[in-house]
Amino acid sequence: MSSSSQVTESWISSFCGLLGHEYFAEVSEDFIEDDFNLTGLQSQVPMYKEALEMILDVEPEDDEDEEEEEEEDEDDDEILGDEKPSGYRRANDRRHLRIASDLSVIESSAELLYGLIHQRYITSRPGIQQMAEKYELQHFGTCPRVYCNSCKVLPVGLNDSPGHDTVKLFCPSCLDVYTPPNSRFQTVDGAFFGTTFGSLFFMTFSDLDIGGSRNSSTGAADALLAIQAAQQEVKNRRDATPAHITSINGVAPHNLAPGLGPGNIYEPRIYGFRVSERARSGPRMKWLRMRPADITELDETRRYWEEREEDGDRPDDDDLNMVDVQEGKADRRKKIVGRRRRANASGNGGGSPMDTNGVGGVG
Amino acid sequence: MDDFNSETDSDYTSYWRDWFISSRGNEYFCEIDEEYLTDRFNLTGLNTEVQYYQHALDLVTDVFDFDCDDDMREAIEKSARHLYGLVHARYIVTTRGLAKMLEKFKKSDFGKCPRVLCEAQPLLPMGQSDVANTSPVKLYCARCEDLYNPKSSRHAIIDGAYFGTSFHNILFQVYPAMLPPKSQRRYEPRVFGFRVHAAASLARWQADEREKMKERLRVARIETGFEDEDEEDEDDLGEEDEEMELADAFESAVVQH
Repeated sequence: MSSSSQVTESWISSFCGLLGHEYFAEVSEDFIEDDFNLTGLQSQVPMYKEALEMILDVEPEDDEDEEEEEEEDEDDDEILGDEKPSGYRRANDRRHLRIASDLSVIESSAELLYGLIHQRYITSRPGIQQMAEKYELQHFGTCPRVYCNSCKVLPVGLNDSPGHDTVKLFCPSCLDVYTPPNSRFQTVDGAFFGTTFGSLFFMTFSDLDIGGSRNSSTGAADALLAIQAAQQEVKNRRDATPAHITSINGVAPHNLAPGLGPGNIYEPRIYGFRVSERARSGPRMKWLRMRPADITELDETRRYWEEREEDGDRPDDDDLNMVDVQEGKADRRKKIVGRRRRANASGNGGGSPMDTNGVGGVG
Repeated sequence: MDDFNSETDSDYTSYWRDWFISSRGNEYFCEIDEEYLTDRFNLTGLNTEVQYYQHALDLVTDVFDFDCDDDMREAIEKSARHLYGLVHARYIVTTRGLAKMLEKFKKSDFGKCPRVLCEAQPLLPMGQSDVANTSPVKLYCARCEDLYNPKSSRHAIIDGAYFGTSFHNILFQVYPAMLPPKSQRRYEPRVFGFRVHAAASLARWQADEREKMKERLRVARIETGFEDEDEEDEDDLGEEDEEMELADAFESAVVQH
């Protein structure tokens, strides 16, 4: 279909070109044609087969190609049943109406189906790559929060099943979700992006510098300056974090909610004087934008064991923390420590005796 | 900004302030009373801030009758807008000004908080500095106590000093009933249903900080202002327990087999 320029653009690209559909990636036909990727969608989408055909442009448009139109007519005959082919052929208007009403049902089914496939596609390797390109081009906009410095955001859903909520924007800088600024996105279902994509994206592209820059569209020299300034700023603000730490809880320290923490929390003032926490109208929500100056405070595993120095179940020093100084060991460690810790916690708390038996070796 | 001039040229004889308030992009401003503007005390110090101060003031108060060329007129027009903004910052912290801005706030004239969990809380305009030409206007959400950029670019160019750093805080001191209940709900990043560890550990740390603050307030016998505080605490705990139990049950199941 895509080979000839005369042919109207594919259903997918015309769908993605619609107003309000700017966040969508174009799902590759290969992905859709693989039945495995569509597992379970049949029960969620009415007129599934027709919708799928529409997405893949198997059914051609009305007045395009004579040959294919005939094929389509045959299909329609089956549906229409008792109507005679010849008469119905001449009564072109009537046929048009019939098709139009059917089409609108199929069309909405196709949109639903495409959305659900899209939710899966953007967590696949090619899909997330495609979204990364859109992210880089700032197709999803920036965080409206002042202290996030126009950090680029991602579309996410708050629910994985359709019909609950519209699409929202996830900001990695403040780890919060926002309503898209333009009301045209309020017709887009959040489930078409899903709850997983936003976080999975930043776990996949952990090298991305999500800090957000004040002027993103300037030349290379400016960008360099901005980066240097940002790094300096980060250093100044977070000098409590030891410099040799490259990863905490699986995230580089400079990428863990860079829009939060000291200097990025609004401090209400009246005529220059801070409003007291004890005032009725005083600040109560600073915690939402807090972040420890020393990020290793978030290494809960280490802190847990530091509080219990003498304990038989204490793991090896090597397994002890979630902080990476060099790379590549985090995953294995997490599992071991996590499991032991939980077993121990429930053992102490008098939970099910099964746990302690299972892991064994609790003193 | 072009339509400013074309419009004023045609009907500048009508009330300047009416026109200014109703023109596109100036939705955040309220109308300053004539009496306030004509009281020189209220304008103390502004004569050094504004070029062509006297002409600009005449224009704002509709007594402008100075013959001049277009360039000059434009300059005065610009000064008049600047002057209006600076007086506006002072006016909106007066009793009458606060009342006017409160009405606009109730109508959500300044927009609604983009944060999903703030549930469309109306915003208030504010400046990050009281000095003119320092930074553009921002919007303050009283529910999450954070600042946001205006959606529209025509609002994003308004000087923040025209609203000032104090106004929005004063408004809630004067009208504490307008304070929205604070929410402890938050977004939890998840992957395939599992909470993301880095974000979750930060959230736990933040929740600790919040509990510390609530304890401080409790000791001082001050209401925290959180909605359904106790209920939600219990809910949270209940959820955690449930999850723990599920995980434990799963683990023991695995072990048994």
